[in-house]
Amino acid sequence: MADLGINLAGIRSPNPFWLASAPPTNTGYQVQRAFEAGWGGAVWKTLGDPIINTSSRFAAVHFGGRRVAGFNNIELITDRPLEVNLKEIYETKKRFPNHAVVASLMVEPKREKWHEIVKRVEAIGVDGLELNFGCPHGMAERGMGAASGQQPDLVEMQTYWVKEAATTPVIVKLTPNITDITVVARHAVKGGADAISLINTINSLAGVDIYSWNTIPHVAGKGAHGGYCGPAVKPIALNMVAECARHPEVGVPVSGIGGISSWQDAVEFMLMGATGVQICTAAMHHGFRIVEEMIDGLNNYLDEMGLASVAELVGRSVEKYSTWGDLDLNYKVVARINTETCINCNKCHIACEDTSHQCIERKTNAEGKEILVVREEDCVGCNLCSIVCPVDGAIDMVEIDEGLAPMSWNQRQKALAALNEAEMGVV
Amino acid sequence: MGKAASLTTLSAERFAANFAEAEPGLTVKSAVEEANRCLYCYDAPCIKACPTGINIPSFIKRIATGNLKGSATTIMDSNPVGASCARVCPTEELCEGACVLNDASEPIRIGLLQRYATDWAIKSGKPLFQAGTPNGKKVAVVGGGPAGLSAARELARDGFEVVVYEARELAGGLDTYGIVSFRLPQPISLWEVEQVEKLGVTIKTGVKVGADVPPSELLEQYDAVVLAAGMGYVPKLGIEGEDLEGVYDAIRFVEATKTAAPDVKLEGARVAVIGAGNTAIDAATCSVRLGAGNVKMVYRRTREEMTAYEFEYEFAKQEGVEFSWLTAPVRIIGDKSGKVTHLECVKMALSPEAGRDGRRLPVPIEDSEFLLPVDAVIVAIGQTRHTGLIEAFGLEHERGVVKIDPATRRTSHPKVYAAGDIVFGGGQGEAMVVSAAQQGKEAAHAISRHFSVTQQTIAI
Repeated sequence: MADLGINLAGIRSPNPFWLASAPPTNTGYQVQRAFEAGWGGAVWKTLGDPIINTSSRFAAVHFGGRRVAGFNNIELITDRPLEVNLKEIYETKKRFPNHAVVASLMVEPKREKWHEIVKRVEAIGVDGLELNFGCPHGMAERGMGAASGQQPDLVEMQTYWVKEAATTPVIVKLTPNITDITVVARHAVKGGADAISLINTINSLAGVDIYSWNTIPHVAGKGAHGGYCGPAVKPIALNMVAECARHPEVGVPVSGIGGISSWQDAVEFMLMGATGVQICTAAMHHGFRIVEEMIDGLNNYLDEMGLASVAELVGRSVEKYSTWGDLDLNYKVVARINTETCINCNKCHIACEDTSHQCIERKTNAEGKEILVVREEDCVGCNLCSIVCPVDGAIDMVEIDEGLAPMSWNQRQKALAALNEAEMGVV
Repeated sequence: MGKAASLTTLSAERFAANFAEAEPGLTVKSAVEEANRCLYCYDAPCIKACPTGINIPSFIKRIATGNLKGSATTIMDSNPVGASCARVCPTEELCEGACVLNDASEPIRIGLLQRYATDWAIKSGKPLFQAGTPNGKKVAVVGGGPAGLSAARELARDGFEVVVYEARELAGGLDTYGIVSFRLPQPISLWEVEQVEKLGVTIKTGVKVGADVPPSELLEQYDAVVLAAGMGYVPKLGIEGEDLEGVYDAIRFVEATKTAAPDVKLEGARVAVIGAGNTAIDAATCSVRLGAGNVKMVYRRTREEMTAYEFEYEFAKQEGVEFSWLTAPVRIIGDKSGKVTHLECVKMALSPEAGRDGRRLPVPIEDSEFLLPVDAVIVAIGQTRHTGLIEAFGLEHERGVVKIDPATRRTSHPKVYAAGDIVFGGGQGEAMVVSAAQQGKEAAHAISRHFSVTQQTIAI
């Protein structure tokens, strides 16, 4: 059994699975149940001046008969008095001293406000602080959450104020509702952040009821944008984590968040630079027990890979993530269809024929069986056929060695420039 | 034995329970789950396997996307008796048998999905199609079964004035009278009839062409005639004792159960069914549900040669029906009062010699006769042909099978087209409801082409 323990900027937990700051971490009762179920840490539902919530609050996107491909909420930060939350944090930490309890904080962008809350929270004993600069709805209209998170200088300033008072590690939680997340990440680091966590939720409208024409969800017939999360946002989150992880001026540990539903998702985030992960939607969909499957799957995976510690995963794929200009233009793959495995649904054919490069032909073989054949010389290796194929192993993307040395767009441009210069020199 | 005297009929309650549709329909959740499992294949093999060419991936996608009207329209557009077919088609051998998921996981339950969508249409009561602009031509359809209804529906959509002549009290043919209610309840078939009537088609029931109306009159009064009179009742076995009380024609026997509890005392009875086709199975399972104590199917060949579908055979076994293979009836024996008491049988063996249909010929084993004590004998050895009617129309035929040009379904008479069981036989495909529906469509389309009528096929 591998060591699943992590250390994120000094915050230790028995495993990399933390509950994100959200409805599941609203109370001591819930967080303690979560720790009993096996969660390694929890970021408490954001503390601040108590708010009033609406009814209803959540909505989800279901896809092709599967529930909760994406999840949307308009719930705000904690609606309970600070004293109550602090008392429960204290009790929880006392019962679970080895689990990570991180307090998520959000106050007005004022130095004394930040100092005050940091001191009060640290006084009862937490393992770290997470600054909520990401909540995209409601709080943002009051100049907090994403509203401050979208202003890099404000992120830097507030982080600085927190660091003036804080004695525990400070994680800055970033909003994805911004053009370049690394800009905000860099400012958080400049302000003194010990780590960053990302992504918070994405501005979203879950849907419109096509019969009542109301928004989904709606509050007395009116809607407002919410924050989107769940499996559908994973690729967006993974890219942003990777962009921060590979940016030389960020350079602090990353807590990965966004659509993590399984141990495989967690491994992907860690390979792309996350030290640990935070999860909410999967717990809301299935209950805290889902972490058991995550821990078991991760354990078996690490054993299978011969890794002694989960920490060995962190960042292992980051160097493989680059820019388009660095990709080898001479690399070639083509699709090959395994007739034995193929079930002849013809989905690859029609996808290629209508929307790609018209290179999958329908033929009849010597035994009279219908088969699908890729015209390899016209295949551009786009992967579309293997994506739409419903049967694993029916289509392989096969590397073709065309005997060409690797050449990226950037290298090509450089070589062309050199040639041009040489020509100019001749003239 | 005083057994026969104690036989009774089923109470109305037990009859209703025993003859209610056996297979439950899909729930909303299971229908959507199943619909979502469909891969939506391109040029899907299920479509090609459907004799009426229903766009199955399309109707299933419409279920998955909450468009049940669109789904039902897709089904009924290709198959005017699509609600009945959802229940009676041998789907394992057609659409579901062709599903690409057969080897990969489990085939999509297309029949049940088709039933789900058409049940919605029945329940909603919404019309799915409308009649075409009148084109001034008149067509008579002889027979209101699947083939006739299908032809009538398509002709009405193309603007023809259509009159269906139906010999029975109700239209729908086999779907209305010939399939056991616990597989196909009569209201389903009658809904299909109603859909055709709503397009302005006149259905004259209780009118037998050839008896009540001479064929010559139809040929004079109409621009074309579609002959879709199906087949007749069960022919005589040609053995002693066929007229005894307690000997039934399987088709009439099933028919008697279609509306109310029949006046047949079978509670606890020992029943022998002669034959092993789908009608024989229907008669056997019907007997079980009428309370028979023991039902034996008597067939002169083996399981391999039986013509009943595999699922029918499985169903019969589940119902407790027993099978006496390689057994042929010799004579039926009755008591003094004329009631059947025994079926005398002889054991058979398959000779190495093959008959005209390619199946090995059964031959009796000498001195193997035995007596089977029975209270009822049901004969299901095929159907008679309407040779007289065919000849009254002056059509060329081969032993009661109307000859047609397969491309146009036109008979030797230029005005007469034929579809359904009346052209079935002599190795021409299978006598399935779905095939009859397709043939009816084809005959109608050929008539439209002949009169250069633009096919309108308007869905609402």
